[in-house]
Amino acid sequence: MRDLKLKRDWIHGWLLLLPALVFLFAFTHIPAVTTLINSFFSTPRGRRSAKFIGLDNYDRMINDPVFWKVLWNNLWFALGTIPASVALAIVMALWVNDKLAGRSFVRMAYFTPTVLPLIAVANIWLFFYTPGFGLFDQITGFLFGWPASNYLGNPETALNAIIVVTVWKEAGFFMIFYLAALQAIPVSLKEAAQIEGAGRWTIFWRITFPLLMPTTLFVCVNAVINSFRLVDHIFILTDGGPDNASALLLFYIYEVAFRFWETAYGATLTVALLALLSLLAIGQFFFFDRKVHYK
Amino acid sequence: MAKPALEISGKPITLESVSRSWGETVAVDNLSIEVPAGSFTALLGPSGCGKSTTLRMIAGLESVSAGRILIGGDDVTGKPSSKRDLSMVFQSYALFPHLSVAENIIFGLKVRRVSRAERDERLKRVADLLGLSLLLERKPGQLSGGQQQRVALGRAIIGEKPICLMDEPLSNLDAKLRHEMRLEIRSLQQQLGFTMVYVTHDQVEAITMADQVVLLNEGQLEQAAEPRELYEKPASPFAAKFIGTPPMNLFPANAFKKLSTAPDFQLGIRPEAMHLAEDGPVTADIRAVEYLGADILADCVVAETSFQVRLPTNRAVAPGQSIQLGFEPDALHVFDADTGRRRDDLVTEFGTLLRS
Repeated sequence: MRDLKLKRDWIHGWLLLLPALVFLFAFTHIPAVTTLINSFFSTPRGRRSAKFIGLDNYDRMINDPVFWKVLWNNLWFALGTIPASVALAIVMALWVNDKLAGRSFVRMAYFTPTVLPLIAVANIWLFFYTPGFGLFDQITGFLFGWPASNYLGNPETALNAIIVVTVWKEAGFFMIFYLAALQAIPVSLKEAAQIEGAGRWTIFWRITFPLLMPTTLFVCVNAVINSFRLVDHIFILTDGGPDNASALLLFYIYEVAFRFWETAYGATLTVALLALLSLLAIGQFFFFDRKVHYK
Repeated sequence: MAKPALEISGKPITLESVSRSWGETVAVDNLSIEVPAGSFTALLGPSGCGKSTTLRMIAGLESVSAGRILIGGDDVTGKPSSKRDLSMVFQSYALFPHLSVAENIIFGLKVRRVSRAERDERLKRVADLLGLSLLLERKPGQLSGGQQQRVALGRAIIGEKPICLMDEPLSNLDAKLRHEMRLEIRSLQQQLGFTMVYVTHDQVEAITMADQVVLLNEGQLEQAAEPRELYEKPASPFAAKFIGTPPMNLFPANAFKKLSTAPDFQLGIRPEAMHLAEDGPVTADIRAVEYLGADILADCVVAETSFQVRLPTNRAVAPGQSIQLGFEPDALHVFDADTGRRRDDLVTEFGTLLRS
């Protein structure tokens, strides 16, 4: 009798978990495992079915100069976007947290880039970067008399141009988190520090910034993920070019898998990306955990 | 007690017709106060009377709309807090949650780049003085309310500033701890000798701790006096009602037939100034009785006004009973009904009339 009841509870439990499990497995776990398995097989073509080829795909990846190129690009992209967008977000949040006229308007203005779809944003920026007629060329031409330059078409500047767009897009989003965190810090802490003789700079570095650390951790994790995840604007702005100068890892995966239809190699690259992301996430929590004060 | 660990010479504070208003709202209205050097001054008043605003203006956290603030004779009205050479304890303690107790206490010294050796030495003295030596490595979140209060005190006194401001520092503590901290803060102030301005809405705190009590009401000065004078000679009906528990009984003079010729005056007498007397001049009908242990608080009606009397417990009184009450002639307080000011010149006259 008791066993029967236990069994029924057990079934109930699993039934309740079932919907979530189905979705989690169907869209996360099974694809991930399949990807891992596919990375050890050859790409099936026509009548040739996939063959187990061991680590051949990984061997190819390590010897693929484009893979190393996009990995470097991604590293630069992350280094260029994360500190800049986080710093900008803090500065903007500090500013709109102060009493200033039209504060809500400024807050809204900062948040607009986040609301706009990345594709639309990329189109706007495409215009900004247009050689000769673009906003940047107009300004630099007018102010400094610089000749027209093709920021997106030059391998030297293409990646930087994309970094600028990404920082612009992300800073406003991160600002919202910082703004919320700033408003949670009691004013009396700032006043106490003032009475002790601390200036604005000291208050920021000794009080405000350490108290924002939990937010910084959250924002940084998001920023790292985004730096590997956001590729929409590359399609519009440069299509990875010129000569892969602005291609990122995920963009390369898309190209390999869905333009060249080398799905097995695409799977291999995806495994590399996943491994990299998990390493970064673990590392971040490890690194930040000592420095973050949680209330 | 051993030789004081620190010694600080206090500075006097002067407020000259200081006002603070936000648009139409006037929080502090033309306030002039003298705080002598090394004294303990309590700013007392009900919620919203402007006492915290006054303190914040002295601290430099709030700007002054009109008037001047002088510290040690220097005009500091336009100076930022950091230039006023004072320390402050906040109601919420305002401890930095991410710093250890030690770091919290020496925060100001670090900001002022005091050498490490001196910092450590002063920290040791302050920690010993406040009994925090074993807690120095903890974070504020791991401390009890009373311990947090001590850390806030430590942060305030380690700088050896001549002035210390406190904004309702005890309101977050339970009754027993509050009593202990009251004694401790008072002895600390006397030991170290700084000038203390202490904001409270609790008259017991103000009366027991302060050398001078500044009573505020609706942003204006009601009375500034020693606790004893405030209790014995309240300057206005407001002061009379605010100080003492239960408050002073106030009634119009013409409530008594014997005084029907003096309608423009308000009379006051403290519940504890009345005593049972067979031939007493006042007849009171008891409506309710509150037994307090040490004595009895009787709610009475005298000449159609409600009236409270504190009676000894040795004589049983019951609701519905009628009793005769007497009082000393100088226990009577007379206030001018128009100006609200105290009229000591009439006390004897009215006292004699009432007792006749």
